[in-house]
Amino acid sequence: MLFFLETVISGLLAGVMYSLVALGFVLIFKASGVFNFAQGVLALFAALTLVGLLSGTTPFTHVDNPALAMPAWAAIPATILVMVLIAVLVERFILRHLVNQDQIILFMSMVGLAYVLEGAGDIIWGSDVKVIDLGLPQGAWDWLLDSHGLYIEKIELVAAGVAGALVIVLAIFFQKTRIGRALRAVADDHQAALSVGISLRTIWIIVWSVAGVVALVTGVMWGAKSGIQFSLSLIALKALPVLILGGFESIPGAIVGGLIIGVGEKLAEVYGGEVIVALFGRWIEIDPGIFTATENWFAYVLALVFLLFRPQGLFGEKIIERV
Amino acid sequence: MNVMTKPTITEDHRTIGDVQMEVKNITLRFGGVTAIHNTSFNIRHGEIRAIIGPNGAGKTSMLNVINGFYHPQEGTITFKGEERRDMRPHIAATQGIARTFQNVALFKGMTTLDNIMTGRSLKMKKNIFWQILYEGPAKMEEIENRKFVETIIDFLEIQHIRRMPVGKLPYGLQKRVELGRALAMEPELLLLDEPMAGMNVEEKEDMSRFIIDINEEFGTTIALIEHDMGVVMDLSDRVVVLDHGELIADGTPDEVQKNQDVIDAYLGVAHD
Repeated sequence: MLFFLETVISGLLAGVMYSLVALGFVLIFKASGVFNFAQGVLALFAALTLVGLLSGTTPFTHVDNPALAMPAWAAIPATILVMVLIAVLVERFILRHLVNQDQIILFMSMVGLAYVLEGAGDIIWGSDVKVIDLGLPQGAWDWLLDSHGLYIEKIELVAAGVAGALVIVLAIFFQKTRIGRALRAVADDHQAALSVGISLRTIWIIVWSVAGVVALVTGVMWGAKSGIQFSLSLIALKALPVLILGGFESIPGAIVGGLIIGVGEKLAEVYGGEVIVALFGRWIEIDPGIFTATENWFAYVLALVFLLFRPQGLFGEKIIERV
Repeated sequence: MNVMTKPTITEDHRTIGDVQMEVKNITLRFGGVTAIHNTSFNIRHGEIRAIIGPNGAGKTSMLNVINGFYHPQEGTITFKGEERRDMRPHIAATQGIARTFQNVALFKGMTTLDNIMTGRSLKMKKNIFWQILYEGPAKMEEIENRKFVETIIDFLEIQHIRRMPVGKLPYGLQKRVELGRALAMEPELLLLDEPMAGMNVEEKEDMSRFIIDINEEFGTTIALIEHDMGVVMDLSDRVVVLDHGELIADGTPDEVQKNQDVIDAYLGVAHD
């Protein structure tokens, strides 16, 4: 029982990481209808920039100069500024020119953006694996380990806390404020939003900035766990099944979807083999160890099942419209 | 053609002032297609101005030029004394031009209340930092504007659908919510693109009453496109008639009704 609990909890915490990535997608999809393929790279770039500033790396030469190293309290706002700058550039050079274009054209522009950002990250900050040191706690939570024998990593708890706070802030921002309302308005109808004096450009810059901050949090959390490396950009792919589960337009969906996939993966890895043997072992001989590396495939199988039975996702907006 | 210049008092005691909006020699082309050709007319303070014409005459294009969605190749637009080559949607909104759309352009996932609140966007100035905190000044501002929106909701008699997502409302009510959103901007010039399209007689009567009330109580200038001639002749002070992108008549409803070009355009006499 204890082992089961540990599996579920560590699954939930891993799921939080997936949720964070998916959150960046949902924000941009809601506001501009663009499937932001570059969100993973954005997370990578944010983390690279933060590490670069923390260790005083000179851009382009990749030489660390400890004299230029910024303390965390300065480096984090500076990185956020960089993310806002990227938002401004994306609006200026991509979105502004593609208003009213087809989905597929916007999507391709995002694929392009992902490659440009990845290249820029490589050229500016170098491609070696970096360690991020923000003083985030590492290792297991001793108290739980001693008293209950549960092994939970501290960094995952921190990530869960940060993600929770982020979601609450975003939810209030979207539901209760004028800018949040304007964001939703732009998502629904560009022309109507323009007609009431909402500026599309401002809204896009805000939304990309927010996605940039979410990317920063994502990059830091993943980076603290497994080092900042270019494979980080691939976590964007992991957001796809999460979004299919949760629904592309739903913030709660991104969270719940991420958690389901996190727990599902862990449970499948630990118990999947046994279940299969119990079900089919009578007829064929199965190695209970077949369920390995679930993080590579389980999420996609789950997403396929959802596509068959509930294509709009758990929280997706069912398309009801009077015609 | 009837060109009025001095303030006039109408039969129902409304005051119609000087020219508020003037479009001059507007030509709008999409590639090789000329949607509007060298068209000029004006709209005076406090009047109800109708723009009519057969399908494809360029009426909606004209509204889109006036509020800045389309940018004409030739001509000028003068609003409140300021002459421009073309209008921009943001400037139009800031200067007090509001509009509704032919095919209801509401924010479907949002409630009636939120939809109308978006009309207050330009009246709410508190910056993003207060917005994120959602406390203090931002909250005060929200409450103030909410009060204003409630008066509009009362005015349009849509209290009962305040919290409903507009996507699920019947068409007639959606049109009313859209009118509410435009009114929330406290416009000086209100553009209505077929406000009664797709409505039954009762809904049309309601909408006519609202339009008259808006014009009389708030002194809002109204320019409307409408196909129901009964409604147009009843409501409007002056009528512009477009056909194939050209202005063929401009005058009081009576004058326009008797105009041979107008009769021909509506009955489909061949153009040479």
